[in-house]
Amino acid sequence: MSPDIALWLVQDGITNGAIYALLALALLLVFAVTRVIFVPQGEFVSYAALSYGLLQTGQVPGTVYVLVGGGLLAAGFEIAAALRERARPPLARILVVYVAIPLAIAALAWWAAPRKLDMWAQVLLAVALVAPLGPIVYRIAFQPLANASVLVLFIVAMAVHYALTGLGLVLFGGEGLRSSPLSDAQFGLGVMNVSAQSLWVTGATVLGMLALWLFFERTLYGKALRATAINRVGARLVGVPTELSGMLSFLLAAFIGALSGVLIAPITTIYYDTGLMIGLKGFVGAILGGMASYPLAAVGALGVGLLESFSSFWASAYKESIVFTVVIPVLLWRSIASRHPVEEEEE
Amino acid sequence: MKKSLLASLALAGALAAAGAHAEITVGVSLGVTGPGASLGIPYKNAFQLVPKTLGGEPVRYVILDDESKPDNAAKNARKFVAEDKVDVMMGSNGVPSAVAMTQVAAETKTPMIALTPMPPLAGERAHWAFVVPQTTELMMGAVVQDMKKRGVKTVGYIGFSDTWGDLMYNAMEKLAPEGGYKLVTNERYGRADTSVTGQVLKIIAANPDAVVVGGSGSPGATPQIALRERGYKGPIYHNHGTVNLAFIQTAKKSAEGVVAPTGPLIVAEELPDDFPTKKVSLDFVKRYEAEFGPESRNAFAGYSYDGVAVLNAAVPAALKKAKPGTPEFRAALRDALENVRDVVGTHGVYNMTPSDHNGLDERARVLVQVRDGRWRLYNK
Repeated sequence: MSPDIALWLVQDGITNGAIYALLALALLLVFAVTRVIFVPQGEFVSYAALSYGLLQTGQVPGTVYVLVGGGLLAAGFEIAAALRERARPPLARILVVYVAIPLAIAALAWWAAPRKLDMWAQVLLAVALVAPLGPIVYRIAFQPLANASVLVLFIVAMAVHYALTGLGLVLFGGEGLRSSPLSDAQFGLGVMNVSAQSLWVTGATVLGMLALWLFFERTLYGKALRATAINRVGARLVGVPTELSGMLSFLLAAFIGALSGVLIAPITTIYYDTGLMIGLKGFVGAILGGMASYPLAAVGALGVGLLESFSSFWASAYKESIVFTVVIPVLLWRSIASRHPVEEEEE
Repeated sequence: MKKSLLASLALAGALAAAGAHAEITVGVSLGVTGPGASLGIPYKNAFQLVPKTLGGEPVRYVILDDESKPDNAAKNARKFVAEDKVDVMMGSNGVPSAVAMTQVAAETKTPMIALTPMPPLAGERAHWAFVVPQTTELMMGAVVQDMKKRGVKTVGYIGFSDTWGDLMYNAMEKLAPEGGYKLVTNERYGRADTSVTGQVLKIIAANPDAVVVGGSGSPGATPQIALRERGYKGPIYHNHGTVNLAFIQTAKKSAEGVVAPTGPLIVAEELPDDFPTKKVSLDFVKRYEAEFGPESRNAFAGYSYDGVAVLNAAVPAALKKAKPGTPEFRAALRDALENVRDVVGTHGVYNMTPSDHNGLDERARVLVQVRDGRWRLYNK
């Protein structure tokens, strides 16, 4: 292998690894706060990428139906929950959060799609269409089970994954979409060309991580999330509403997923079911990082990207097997190295 | 008034009973969801356009989704035989799924019309299965002829990491002595892979005269884009699985110049008037596009349609020997399928024999090329 091929592979690995790193962070965040192993994380990626692709062709993405329908369902859940406790449902809040906001975004998409606004507006719109799905999914599927075991939450996450993938096939069809890049520019760097899009991906990942760090370190909401992650009961005792934390972590996760989606839409073809694979690789990254530390998860995900890129060169037929096999020695090492077995937190 | 109503009711009842008696049941398993969905959907669409009778008898199609999974396809096949008492089954759009169905067909002695190209089958499986699409050798033979004309000596291969990728690679390997070329790479990628940079770099390092891609539909575009992005200048050949609009929409500008073999229906308008399938191909394409939108034509729907055409030709002979719904009818239908002669489909002219359960010849292939964002007849 010549050095310039190695450089190409490194570049490719870093670009993919950056996306896996973003997803690893989102998965870790959701797991820490709500104990949900959030399998459908990748669906946000494919929904956002496909919505962005459809907006570029001037079509209204089917995401609007999921958004409005999901919002109405969540509003129904809220009202039913309030009635069950014989309280007056906080109608104004429910209507604004679950009905008015999704409807407004959907209406904006209806208005904007045929007008083919500029790319940045389409990027923002695609993210705005997908990000609210996070809290909606949490409200419908996970909040009613907030105290269930990790296993139950995992099974529900699988169910949500199947539901979202199925909806994706109905809404977007079986064919893949590849959107146009934000800019076609290429920069010569020694022997190789670096595409502007891969710089966007890496840059956005670094910025995203920085923003997350600031959020957790400097804002009250961020600290509340950290508190919930460290000790749910303790956090509740000092007045952190754990439901709000769950909402917030899902909103962040969906936002990160949507961001990853619009970032990779121009460099790869996205299908309605691509999300699972991308999400799983982010998950492998998070496991390599020990499912506990954000910087380690990011490094782990970057490692997955590089490993994938090099194994696709040497043994392309075994690429996926190589990537997923790496998990086994890491898990073995972790189970030997950790002093006490991981116990499920009881409340 | 009352009497005539009763009489007509009785007549209708009698007709219905007679109809139900001779009704032929066809079980169709297709991957309408799952990774094969982009092919499965057009396969299924075609069943809206097929005739309502087979050999003059009413027909009932039981169409089930196998989610592009071989185990589900086998389950569907068992259900067809056990519950629906089908006379013949058809399917599926994925090679592994179709192979799984042949096992059930052989066990239950039910004729099967395979809608994908098949790896070589043996014994009872080969006995009961008939294959509608062109063999990969037939199709890639056209590609090899063109490569020979262009003086290609080394060929790089990249294909799916599944049965389809294997089939294409095997065909290219088998045709190598005849074409006088050497295969220099055998790279694989997954349908949903986000990047093929590694594989493409390896091909470029090997610097072959031409590249053959063993993918299908829009996932076939992934290596196409990467090869052109990394500055590969040689000709790139695809296969008949790639010839649809989604491929061009995905690969955009990088698709220009791509050459692939396909069935004649894709370029029905451009065929010479004396082309044997021109009338059938053109008629089908027009009806399909009227129903499913302009530019929606594809080879896959044509396979469903041709499968039905072959059945239609075989049913009368089988009806002479036995009644539908009986094991005797299934055996007679199998024998009749083996003797189908000169059936003009959308893809070619079918002439089955006991040793050839596909029956297509060179009339079933044309080379097409992407020009100005469309698949056009290739003339070079």
